[in-house]
Amino acid sequence: MIEVKGLVKDYGALRAVDGVSFTVRRGDILGFLGPNGAGKSTTMKMITGFLRPTAGTVLVGGHDVTAEPVAVKRQVGYLPENAPAYPEMTVEEFLGFIAETRGYRAAAPRQEHVERVIGLCHLGPVRRQSIETLSKGFKQRVGFAQALLHDPPVLVLDEPTDGLDPNQKHEVRRLIRQMAAEKAVILSTHILEEVDAICTRVIIISRGQVVVDNTPEGLRARHGGARLDEIFRTLTQTDT
Amino acid sequence: MTQIAPIFKREFLGYFRSPVAYVFLIVFLMASVGCAFFLGSFFSANSASLESYFTFLPWLFIAFVPAAGMRLWSEERRSGTIELLFTLPVTTLEAVLGKFLAAWAFLCLALLLSFPLVLTIAYLGSPDWGVMASGYLGSMLMAGAYLGVCSLTSSFTKNQVISFVISVFVCFVLVLLGWSVFTDFLGGYLALPGWLVDVVSNFSFKPHFDAFIKGIIDPKDIVFFLSLAGFCLFLNVLVLEP
Repeated sequence: MIEVKGLVKDYGALRAVDGVSFTVRRGDILGFLGPNGAGKSTTMKMITGFLRPTAGTVLVGGHDVTAEPVAVKRQVGYLPENAPAYPEMTVEEFLGFIAETRGYRAAAPRQEHVERVIGLCHLGPVRRQSIETLSKGFKQRVGFAQALLHDPPVLVLDEPTDGLDPNQKHEVRRLIRQMAAEKAVILSTHILEEVDAICTRVIIISRGQVVVDNTPEGLRARHGGARLDEIFRTLTQTDT
Repeated sequence: MTQIAPIFKREFLGYFRSPVAYVFLIVFLMASVGCAFFLGSFFSANSASLESYFTFLPWLFIAFVPAAGMRLWSEERRSGTIELLFTLPVTTLEAVLGKFLAAWAFLCLALLLSFPLVLTIAYLGSPDWGVMASGYLGSMLMAGAYLGVCSLTSSFTKNQVISFVISVFVCFVLVLLGWSVFTDFLGGYLALPGWLVDVVSNFSFKPHFDAFIKGIIDPKDIVFFLSLAGFCLFLNVLVLEP
């Protein structure tokens, strides 16, 4: 579903992403790991078409993101870091707006899709509250609901469990695992246990380059059964 | 282009979801009608026209249009929603047009809320309805041109104060260009050739708008306002392209 080839992004003289390549198939849950500033978010922003790559290509469902950005955006559900949303809108209004831009113009299908994600993300109690009054956990779930609204074949989630309490984290992981069979999922995280809990593949990125692309089990086997956080530290230590 | 509708709707209603719309509309009405009454001697002029209302609009717009337009893109950048907006299946042009049209509609609403003045005039005298309509048309077109400038400047920065100040400055210059003091300065002190002074002063809002107040609807003036707005929006799209 997602093919990333030789992706490069320069910010002035700084090379944030340096030749990243990988593919994600349907059914994969790819955990994107790396220290802060390693280029995780930048890579995700290029996959979703928000940033234009300096070099390299991204294909999503066969469409090139530079040549056909709108076709790519139709297939992708994206949760940006910190789950931005229009603060003055209520949860219902906001999801209604997302549904309209996703092409559900008539009232009935729009309502149906909004109701579905409100149920899925347990937003019922706050549906008529404006987003600026919500707690971090609810805001994060609104962002998640927005990404799931059109039931996209590709999900790109930038730190989906950030700011959630342990129960909510568990719930979000359950949801991702449940949907993963028909979707290609990329999620970035700092939480290594999360990778063990849900990911079928791990990519560790350091200084803009992929240093590991493996399954969690394969990774552990190669490092003599070490814990994931120990492996992570050895591989990315040069950054700190 | 079908994606303009939801963006327009969200942006337009967005003004009313916060106190912005109410504060803006009330203060704009007090200022614009106040100018007509106190500076423009609306009553003692003893003429059944809105000239004293329209005359002050180019000056009022310098402050008020940037106030309505400064949030268009700065706010999206500051809150990070720009990332959300541009990962929805929307082209940059659709987003720019949707937001611009929403803000323009809001400004037109602000202008039309001066309708009690029209009723007063109709009650007290027998106005020339054509001249009045042409004045309103001109005001709306001029608001669009100001707003194009503001939409462009707000796309440069995530700071609304910077966006406001730059917009006010550019709009102010665009009004001043046609002022006789300024053209005399260009022609006399800088000794620029007459044709160049004419070209520069032709970019001023005021002479184009003054024709509308007098009831003259010249296609040239319509094209001026629309093309100025269009050019600014074109640059706006270029600025926002990834």
